Amino acid sequence: MAAVTLKRVKKNYGTTTVVHGVDLEIKAGEFVVILGPSGCGKSTLLRMIAGLEAITEGEISIGSKIVNTLEPRERGCAMVFQNYALYPHMTVAENIGYALKVAGLGKAERMARINAVAEILGLEEFLDRKPIQLSGGQRQRVAMGRAMIREPDVFLYDEPLSNLDARLRVAMRAEIRKLHQRLGTTSLFVTHDQIEAMTLADRIVVMNKGVIEQVGTPDEVYHRPASTYVASFVGSPGLNLLHVMVDRSASCIRFKDGQTLPFEHGQAVLVPDGPAIFGFRAEQAQLSEQIGLTLTPGFQEALGSTRLLHGTVANEEAVIAIPGNGPLDATTSMSVTIPASAMHFFDSTTGRRLG
Amino acid sequence: MEKRATFAMGWLGMAFILPQILLVFIFFYWPTGAAMFWAFTLERPWGGGNEWVGFDNFRQVFADRAYWGSIIRSLMFAASTATLSMAFGLLLAVACDRGLKGYQAFRTVFVWPYAVVAPAAALAFRFIFAPEAGIFSALVKQNPEFWNPAQNGYHAMTMIIICYSWKYAAYCFIFFLAALQAIPRSVIEASALDGASVLRRVFDIQLPLITPTFFFMLVISITDSFQDSFGIVDVMTDGGPGKATELLVYKIYFDGFRGLDYSGAAAQSIVLMLIMMVLTFFQFRYIERRVHYS
Repeated sequence: MAAVTLKRVKKNYGTTTVVHGVDLEIKAGEFVVILGPSGCGKSTLLRMIAGLEAITEGEISIGSKIVNTLEPRERGCAMVFQNYALYPHMTVAENIGYALKVAGLGKAERMARINAVAEILGLEEFLDRKPIQLSGGQRQRVAMGRAMIREPDVFLYDEPLSNLDARLRVAMRAEIRKLHQRLGTTSLFVTHDQIEAMTLADRIVVMNKGVIEQVGTPDEVYHRPASTYVASFVGSPGLNLLHVMVDRSASCIRFKDGQTLPFEHGQAVLVPDGPAIFGFRAEQAQLSEQIGLTLTPGFQEALGSTRLLHGTVANEEAVIAIPGNGPLDATTSMSVTIPASAMHFFDSTTGRRLG
Repeated sequence: MEKRATFAMGWLGMAFILPQILLVFIFFYWPTGAAMFWAFTLERPWGGGNEWVGFDNFRQVFADRAYWGSIIRSLMFAASTATLSMAFGLLLAVACDRGLKGYQAFRTVFVWPYAVVAPAAALAFRFIFAPEAGIFSALVKQNPEFWNPAQNGYHAMTMIIICYSWKYAAYCFIFFLAALQAIPRSVIEASALDGASVLRRVFDIQLPLITPTFFFMLVISITDSFQDSFGIVDVMTDGGPGKATELLVYKIYFDGFRGLDYSGAAAQSIVLMLIMMVLTFFQFRYIERRVHYS
């Protein structure tokens, strides 16, 4: 177990900068998920920590050592790759035990440790098979076994679940979490799937275009998104974002079509006058008899336990979640209320959170 | 579903394949047929057509000690050139695959020798290995016996082996580099994280994963060395000194076109063809099969 610290870490490919000075501290034993869309620099960041990519600027330390110039094998990291990267010519046992063989351990000790790892992962009966004879989930497990057997200081996961089908992905997610509870090894997990991030992480790092947008617990990221980017990326569906004018003297926000929504308390008191972006979660909005926001309904998506009602508010798209059954006449405009505690405000130019 | 393009008019399809058929017929089947004809017949001493002699020509060839000598020399040549050219091709390919400094330039340069035609390469190597002016000239001045390919058969053989390997290593290089680059990067990275050094990765991961290419190259380089050696032998040694560098293909040419024994030469070329067919069949059938992983 070791802490990982990144200080102003930058990565350029030629003249293109893909990671713009990232600062991040990961505590020993923590499970941190780096979340972002493809091309945001999250995998590059992980590969720089592993030592597979050179660092253009800045400093990475693992434990108390600065590792900038160390070879991958000297850093104490183990990595699980997206395509598993198993050695196709070796059996499962040889795959898992390769690191020990390289380290020069004797055959008996190697086999003992391979068996121990195989038992944890339920791979005992596959030890003599070649990777080609395994299913996707089994290969994934071998890849994890290969990382575990070294008892590394840090686990690095590079989108390890994205090649699995949906059901297997959920099962493997739980296994990874259980494994972390059991081993307590510092883990960094890169993904573009926000559900994976929410379920696995102690803390989530949301990245966009080579910059960290927010670092926080899943709760913080979900309930207090630091920017419109985080707000729209996290949650399913993402936060509804509407352009408004804040009028503090009248204690209300004014929508583009002239509708107003009063605010008296909550975060909104900290918001300055003028243009802003107003946000709310689909599941925190409620259809109501009272006067609220007017939603012009469009179409519905049934998800079983809930229905998503897509429509427009002041000519901007918005989604609200409503209970999964019961009659709903979705043809006429309806009134939607939002509790003050569920209102979010963002700067209209920078997109950063206000209040 | 029929994926191939088909032509409504049969003659149009035929017209498209006709040039290829003609080429194959003129340059492959016709000469092969002619060789067959000569191999089983003998020209009458004073002209007037050929006489059917059955397997006489073959009996004569196999009874000839010189012929067996040339087979042994050809096998030695094949083994040495395959080893040398594959070893060098592989070494250069591994270095290029590592992405060492300036590898793009080297990658291009390493391929060039294959583009040089054999006689041109042979001519260049004749100058390089000339005892009086080549790289060994200083040593030859001390001791004339040190390097004398014109009289020492071993020296002559070494010379053509090096020349041929130099050229053929480029060919091996292309295939090995392609095979190495087909290995997923992440597999190499995984082994780097597993603690394997560069050399260890080569032996544990890269070489085992390119064995299919390795055996393919072995087959190709042995069969090629039987045929492509002609230009080099002809320019560098003329099969000499004595018969020290007379390889199978050169002996066929020499007996046929210098010795004017068309029938004997034809029988030899049929034998060479059979040897190559057997070799190819055997290696593809028994060796190729064992080295595939997927």
